[in-house]
Order: sequence, then C-alpha cells, then structure tokens
Amino acid sequence: MIEIRDLHKSFNGQEVLKGVSLRIERGELLALIGMSGFGKSVLLKHIIGLMKPDRGQVLIDQEDIFQLTGKALEQMRTRFGFLFQGGALFDSLTVFENVAFPLREKTAMKESEIQARVSFQLEQVRMLGAEDKYAAELSGGMKKRVALARALVMDPEIMLFDEPTTGLDPVTASLIQHFIGQCHERLNFTGIIVTHEIPKIFEIVNRVALLNQGRIAEVGTPDEVRKSTHPQMAQFISGATEGPIECQ
Amino acid sequence: MIIESLRELGRYTLSVLKAGGRMVLFLGTTLFWALIPPFRLWLVIRRINFIGVQSTLIIILTGAFTGMALGLQLFYTLRRFGAESMLGPAIALALLRELGPVLSALMVTGRAGSALAAEIGIMRLTEQIDALEAMAINPYRYLIVPSLIAGIIAFPLMTCIFNIVGIYGGYLVGVKMLGLGAGVYWVEMEHLVKLRDILDGLYKSVSFGVIVTWICSYKGFFTGYGAEGVSKATTEAVVLSSVLILAWDYFLTSIMV
Repeated sequence: MIEIRDLHKSFNGQEVLKGVSLRIERGELLALIGMSGFGKSVLLKHIIGLMKPDRGQVLIDQEDIFQLTGKALEQMRTRFGFLFQGGALFDSLTVFENVAFPLREKTAMKESEIQARVSFQLEQVRMLGAEDKYAAELSGGMKKRVALARALVMDPEIMLFDEPTTGLDPVTASLIQHFIGQCHERLNFTGIIVTHEIPKIFEIVNRVALLNQGRIAEVGTPDEVRKSTHPQMAQFISGATEGPIECQ
Repeated sequence: MIIESLRELGRYTLSVLKAGGRMVLFLGTTLFWALIPPFRLWLVIRRINFIGVQSTLIIILTGAFTGMALGLQLFYTLRRFGAESMLGPAIALALLRELGPVLSALMVTGRAGSALAAEIGIMRLTEQIDALEAMAINPYRYLIVPSLIAGIIAFPLMTCIFNIVGIYGGYLVGVKMLGLGAGVYWVEMEHLVKLRDILDGLYKSVSFGVIVTWICSYKGFFTGYGAEGVSKATTEAVVLSSVLILAWDYFLTSIMV
C-alpha cells in the first residue's frame, strides 16, 4: 500500500507540489491525470525516492521511503518497476541486454533462465527479433515497449508508469495499454499510471486521480469520474478550454 | 553600492565553496564505493578500453612529435655548450619526469575526458542514471567507480607509451637525422636516468588519472539541462581538468625535486 502525505516540493522557488495526499491500496491500479507540467512525473519520482521533498512523507507499507538509506532503500527499490517517459534505455546495451539488466544485476538466475524470461517479456510487447538492436536503432514506440518489458521483467510489486503511451500511434498505444492491463491482472501489482489517454485508460484502472495546482483535486473510480460534477475534473475529462483549470 | 558589491562577492565565494565541497564529496563517495565489493571487473575493462586503448593512436602521435621536437631543440642548444652527448638523457628526463605524464594526461583529457563527461551527462538527461537508481543499482558503483579505476590504470600506461615513443622520436632526430652516435644516445641515458625518475612520472600520471576521471564524471553527473547543459559540462570538464593537471603537476614537482 502506498500512502502519500502532505507532499511539498519546490524548484527554484516555484512550488510544484503543494501538499499532495493520496492513498493507493495494494493491488490497485490508479491513473494520475492532470495538465502537463503540473508535477505528475515529479510525484512519481518522489514515490520511488528519486527526489526528496521539501516536506511530507511517502509511506510504502508504513515505511517512509525518505527515511531509508543504503541497503534498506536498495531493498525497497527492488520492489518497484519504473517506466520512464523517454524509456531511459541504456545506449550502450542491446535490447536483450537492457531487459536482462535487472535480472543479471539483482538476481542469481542462470543465463538460460534469463534468456527465457527476457524472450517472454519481449514477446509480450511484440519486440521479439529486435534483441540485438541498440536503443539508437529503435523508434520511439519500440523504445517504450522495450522499456516496459524491462520495467516488468522482475515481476515488481509496485509499478510506476510515466506516460507509457504518449507520442505513440493508436495501435501501439492500445497494445501497450492492453499489455499493462494484462500484467496487472497476472501480477496484481500496485500501480500508478501517469497518462493523458482519457477515457481509454478507464478500461484498465481501478481509480483516477486528478492532480491540479500541486494538489489532488479529485479521486474516484472511472464511473464516478465520468459522471463527476467536480469543475476541474469535468473540465479535464471533457477537454474544455474554459473552466477552473488554467493552461500555464 | 559597496555593501552590494560585498554581498555579491560573498555570494560568489559561497557558491564556489559549495561547488568545491560537492566535488570533494563526490570523490569521497566514489572512493568509498571503490573499496566495497563486488568489483565489476568487466566494467573496468570496458572503461580502460574507452579511456586508454582508444587514446593510443593520439598518444603515439603526440609522443612521437614531442620527442622529435625535443630532439631538434635540445641538439642545437646542447651543441652550443659542446654537450650533444647529453641529448639522450635530456630528452628522457624531460619526458619521463614532466612532459610524458602532463602531455599524455592533457591529450587523454581532450579525447576521453570530454567523451566521459558528455556520456554521463547524456545519461543524466535521458534519465538513464535515474533508471539505474530505480533498479536499486548504485550509479556511483556502476558508472563512476569503474571510470576512476580505469583512469588509475590507463593513465600510467598511456604515459609509458608516450615516453617510449617520445624517446624513440628523439633518437630518430638526434641519431638518424643529425648524426649523433647511437651508443652515446643510449649509454648516457642509461647512466643518468634513475628508476626514481621513471616512478616520479608514473606517480604523477596516476594522480592525473584520478583528477581527470573525477572532474569529468562529476561534471557529467551534475550536468545542466538540454544540449547546452551537456556542452557546458563537457567544456568545463576539459578546462578544469587541464588547469588542475598543470597546477597539481607544479605542486608534485615542487615536492619531488
């Protein structure tokens, strides 16, 4: 279970997170929506401890991630999978080596087992056959698919997806969304998806949270969100240019 | 007006001290992780290839021309005193104690140091370093420690190559072109060059290896945003490394002579 309590973060005097509080239950998949530049990716990086807040807490099963150091933090992070917005594939490694990387670094698996696991993951994202390619040889969509395979290869308990389908063609976006949904059913991970895919994302998530002006404006199930009369949520779902959400 | 100038000076001094402190902390953290197993031998070998092996050609070229230029300069200078026989030891001592370590370090900084800063900087920008941390892999151990160890190994090796090629460059000019006896060139060198001369040069190059990998990794690790940030980090890495090499060389020379 993830609990975010009153999280504040500023960059160069500009407050991006102004007291975010949110609770995600074990096994729940939550979509985090909101305007670009409103701190959704920053929030994800806080959850895994890549960024430190000015104040506030992120509790993972009652443990504050910002209080953990050394081995304890390392141990905590092995429970996570993180899909970065740009993929963050290692340039110097091939597709196969990228996906195999966490297995080689963090497990004592035999090479044959790694081979089988990586092939399975690549098959799931339809990237089998591209094992020997380097990141520079892949398109944006292919990079995202490989990065997704790498993020899920360790069967994480907690998955953080930072815009997994942004910039992709509709077919690839559907493929990735379907794959995330399938993996969630299979692995039952606790997950947060930062996304703009509305209303498509409602098909696979349990709840939706709107981050606006540095705070969680509203949280609800997809059905509740569709019918929401909350002015900010209603405007965001409809995509109206007029309303309480101001484009910055 | 005066108060504002003093404030500005104070702010600048504090920012310099802060940056210096961060750099020292970065080196301290790297050295700490360098001592903790497991050691990633394969990564060190890859870095030695990157810093050392791929710099070999440029080291051979600069070593050869430095030795040849020294041969020409020193031959005519020494002839004024009737001391041409000292050409061999003069070239060897100049190269072994001073020019070999310094010039090879500067050349490797230009080739590999800049590339190291740019590579790590791009890894930072494209979130590859964040990805390492998210996978519970310490980026210091994975990225910086192998570079530091590779620098400590590769720099003295590059210096040795530079020295050998330089001495042969001096031989080519002094003996083959200007007619000095080959025996005189080598025998006088053997008499006057001591083991300590060689070791002092190698100690210097080891310290230059630390300086270059430290500064270049640091600048890449804390690069600014965008292409401009990486470009700035790379330039600063090369300039700061080069200045530190020369300043540190003076300091070491003053305690070694």
